[in-house]
Amino acid sequence: MTAVAPGRQHRLSHASLVAGLAVAPAVVLLALLLFGPALAVAVFSLTDWQIGASSFRFLGLANYQALFADRIFWTSLVNTVIYVVIVVPGTVGLGLVVALLIEAQPSLRGFYRAAHFLPVMSTMAAMAIVWGTMLHPTIGLVNRMLAEFGIPATNWLRDPRTVLPALAVIGIWQGFGFAMVLFVAGLKSVPQSLYDAAAIDGADRALDRLRVVTLPMLGPVTMFVLILTATRAFEVFDTVRVLTQGGPNFASDVLLYRLYTESFDFLRTGYGAALTVVYLVIVVLLTLTQARVLDRRVHYT
Amino acid sequence: MRDLVRNIRVLRWRVLARHGALALTTLFALIPFVWMLSLSVKPPEEIFQPEFHLWPQKFNGLENYSVALTAAPMHLFLINGLFVCATIFLLQLLVCVPCAYALAKLRFRGRDTLFAAVLVGLLVPPQALAIPHFVLLHVFGLLDTYAALILPWIISTFGIFLMRQFFRAVPDELIDAARLDGLGEFEIIWRVMIPVAVPAIAAFGIFSVVAHWNDLFWPLIAIRSEELSTPALGILLFRDDEAGQFLGPLMAGATIIVAPLVVAFLFAQQRFIDGISFTART
Repeated sequence: MTAVAPGRQHRLSHASLVAGLAVAPAVVLLALLLFGPALAVAVFSLTDWQIGASSFRFLGLANYQALFADRIFWTSLVNTVIYVVIVVPGTVGLGLVVALLIEAQPSLRGFYRAAHFLPVMSTMAAMAIVWGTMLHPTIGLVNRMLAEFGIPATNWLRDPRTVLPALAVIGIWQGFGFAMVLFVAGLKSVPQSLYDAAAIDGADRALDRLRVVTLPMLGPVTMFVLILTATRAFEVFDTVRVLTQGGPNFASDVLLYRLYTESFDFLRTGYGAALTVVYLVIVVLLTLTQARVLDRRVHYT
Repeated sequence: MRDLVRNIRVLRWRVLARHGALALTTLFALIPFVWMLSLSVKPPEEIFQPEFHLWPQKFNGLENYSVALTAAPMHLFLINGLFVCATIFLLQLLVCVPCAYALAKLRFRGRDTLFAAVLVGLLVPPQALAIPHFVLLHVFGLLDTYAALILPWIISTFGIFLMRQFFRAVPDELIDAARLDGLGEFEIIWRVMIPVAVPAIAAFGIFSVVAHWNDLFWPLIAIRSEELSTPALGILLFRDDEAGQFLGPLMAGATIIVAPLVVAFLFAQQRFIDGISFTART
């Protein structure tokens, strides 16, 4: 008994030493690069500190008051919501239709899948420049094609009425292949037996099968793709920075672009930090909804 | 008989409709790439003339691409992209894998707390940490260096979470057998678990490399010098440069920036699709 106990204790402490060594780098870096900074943003947002300044004062909620009184902030928030409201249905709808079409028959499946996925992993900064030339008022492809139908030229990215929809089309272009891939995975998990059962019940037309079996079974995946797309659309930045810088006259200013300019162009650290906290709260709420939906999906299947 | 003929007709119509509709969406997906390639081999006067030809009447590709390669350090953008992405990924692995193994297979005090912290970390969008990361790098005098591009990313809660889920599925018998063979825990991590986890590591690697190759937000903040730019920032600097005012060289530059990932994707499509949609499935 006395001989065993120290041995076990020794082995135990050895095991926890090994575990401690294994997690130590991650724990230190989590504190230093993630939780520490997250806390720091919250603290900055309560001060008038500027990057490089040697002193600062606590302002309480003054930065937040300034933020909520700032018309440009509200413009950028509304613009972001409008952008999300266009991009989400466009991306999810197009992704679903393409997934259904691709899976309907086997021919050229691989080609279609690869072709639609190509925009997902291409460098957005470079492709935004390409889109900029396609939307150019005189030499751009879009106006050239519209001219064929006698439609007059539009300066898509300089007109406050068209700039957000134009950016949204680029957003849909980049994201719908991703939605498609997720839907295809969802379609593959619909059991064949359900289609057989539906056929026995007389649903032998393709549209009936779609309505009775496929779409209801895709419900959870659809919810999930919706929220994922919304989160990504909320983070829109590259196209705005490359193509419009928030213009004309703030018509395409969005949250993340405001965050970037206030914090790093104007160096208003405290104000930028308050904006960051608001942004963080929105994204976390969206992601938590996503986690909840995902949880439900796991329980259903 | 008449039914059969009708069925065949319906079937043929359906095949045609499917290809017709998919041709349209494929065109939407690919047209920017086609437009980019077409302009990248055209002389300026052809880009601005009223009628449009997909293939130029006078091939100007060599001039455009050589302007793109000489007016901006395009090769440096690519090398920086490769170096930064590879270093980030290797350091992420070095930090994530032991931690994920401990979370999945070892018992120790604070394990649940640590895992909860990882889950909370998953919620934080990286852009929200830009200000403190900037300050931290400023304090240590590391802004506008490779370190500024790499350091903020070496801890990946997503990587820890992904690898931990994968390691949990590895049977304990495999680890016990390795322990009986006298292997230490760290030998088990690097010599037993890593080989088993190749699919998960590949998926995480593709996810990580694609994300950081394409990232514009952070390099824009952390980097001032053109010669330290990663691909996404590099093409932006090139556009705002004098030579980038000419569309032919600009499109050639965009092609050079986009090409490496596109070519890699065409060679390993399934791995890429798995890797990028992994975010969604975990």
